[in-house]
Amino acid sequence: MRVFDPHIHMTSRTTDDYRRMAAAGVRSVVEPAFWLGQPRTNPGSFGDYFDSLLGWEPYRASQYGVRHHATLALNPKEANDPRCKGVLDLLPRYLEKDGVVAVGEIGYDSMTPAEDEAFAAQLDLAREFGLPALVHTPHRDKAAGTRRTLDVVAASGIEPGRVAVDHLNEVTVAVVKDSGCWTGFSIYPETKMSPPRMVAILQEYGIERVLVNSAADWGHSDPLLTVATGEAMLDAGFSADDVDKVLWRNPIEFYAQSGRLDLSELPEPEATFAGSSVKRGGS
Amino acid sequence: MTPETLRTLLGGVPENGWFAEAEARVRADPDAIGQLFARAGRMLGRRPLPDHPSWTAGQAGRVLLLLALTGEPLEGRAPEGAASTVTVRGRVAELYWRGDPAERLAVLHALEHLGLGEAGVPLIEDALRTNDKRLVAAALGPCAALLDDAVWRQGVVKCVFMEVPLSVVDRLGERADQPLAEMLGGLARERAAAGRRMPGDALALLNRQSLAKGWKAKEG
Ligand SMILES: [Zn+2]
Repeated sequence: MRVFDPHIHMTSRTTDDYRRMAAAGVRSVVEPAFWLGQPRTNPGSFGDYFDSLLGWEPYRASQYGVRHHATLALNPKEANDPRCKGVLDLLPRYLEKDGVVAVGEIGYDSMTPAEDEAFAAQLDLAREFGLPALVHTPHRDKAAGTRRTLDVVAASGIEPGRVAVDHLNEVTVAVVKDSGCWTGFSIYPETKMSPPRMVAILQEYGIERVLVNSAADWGHSDPLLTVATGEAMLDAGFSADDVDKVLWRNPIEFYAQSGRLDLSELPEPEATFAGSSVKRGGS
Repeated sequence: MTPETLRTLLGGVPENGWFAEAEARVRADPDAIGQLFARAGRMLGRRPLPDHPSWTAGQAGRVLLLLALTGEPLEGRAPEGAASTVTVRGRVAELYWRGDPAERLAVLHALEHLGLGEAGVPLIEDALRTNDKRLVAAALGPCAALLDDAVWRQGVVKCVFMEVPLSVVDRLGERADQPLAEMLGGLARERAAAGRRMPGDALALLNRQSLAKGWKAKEG
């Protein structure tokens, strides 16, 4: 099984995770910029964070044979802090960078006017820089939040096929599917979505324009739940090719729209077993 | 790598037309470099160049874009309004500080040809502080001529720690001195105590230095 995790916050994970992921077949990841748990109070903190997502973290990943790309944005939660508004002015120079494959995570947290403004402005940036957009849907009032998200996406004029709406569930999948946007699912140990529920959704809605991610971060989460979902798909009768489409080809198709995805010379999974690629990935 | 070699290599890639246009734009309007320098990687290609696996067309293009900033005379004629050295220094530093690792590497590789003097030192020192083997190696390339000896020695010993081959260090044989030998000797003793080996190239360097010291002692 080869796996591309289209949404995982590796900055918050350990090298043991990289080793386990590589050994289980996770060969490529996309790390969206998001909230770090501790609020930031100035744009400079975001600049350093973005630098790390384009510098240190991809380098760290490469030592374990994992390819790392990023999506950058001012996240909806911190868009509410006026001290962080300057991040929107920082973004253009970062969105030029090679390692950036989308604008994200953008979208809603509490659906405030400040979030409206940051969301719309960043969808415009996505269009301007020829990047897809990764859109987070709120945990609270999710159904209403998802509908409002789709209205804002439609109003922005961005092509729906260049937008992934993430953290969906049984209640929100249909409306996103109908919009033409990509449907994203975060598989969590307890909340949000589990591998068996994910399989049921795939059975009902099919495997086109679906992204399955672990969204693993600093909270209770598990970077191997993408792999577990692939196994649950096989157990439910999906073919190995179906699994490959959902866990590998789909995320590539979505992020390749940036024109920047670089999957050249990815080592074969065997070569990365037990971290033996550490030397190869070096200088 | 000389600029001439880089230009020849770049001439062989299909995207060379993009580069020619980008270079002309930078010569006409140095402010354009910010965006073009970032884009060069994906526009020119991020795969290794044939026969020069440590270089990509994108990196070669970036170095040449930096050189275009200096207003080097084109066919012997300085362009009108060529940027002053002060402006070039500022621009190069900004491209480094705002760059991703590949962009920073390009700046480090270009430094030896840019003639910015002391202005390059903070950039090289920053690269030496990172834990990125590529940046550390580049910082000890020809641009390391700008570093003072104490910083340079720390860099060489850091290579041994990071398992960066000492072949990346420019003029190592020429510049290696007694204080460096003592630092390596100390490390060798620590390694021995821990039951760990020194990399072969570091041991060889240490032996050469000890031998040289022996000769000096005899002559003296
Ligand atoms: Zn997330």
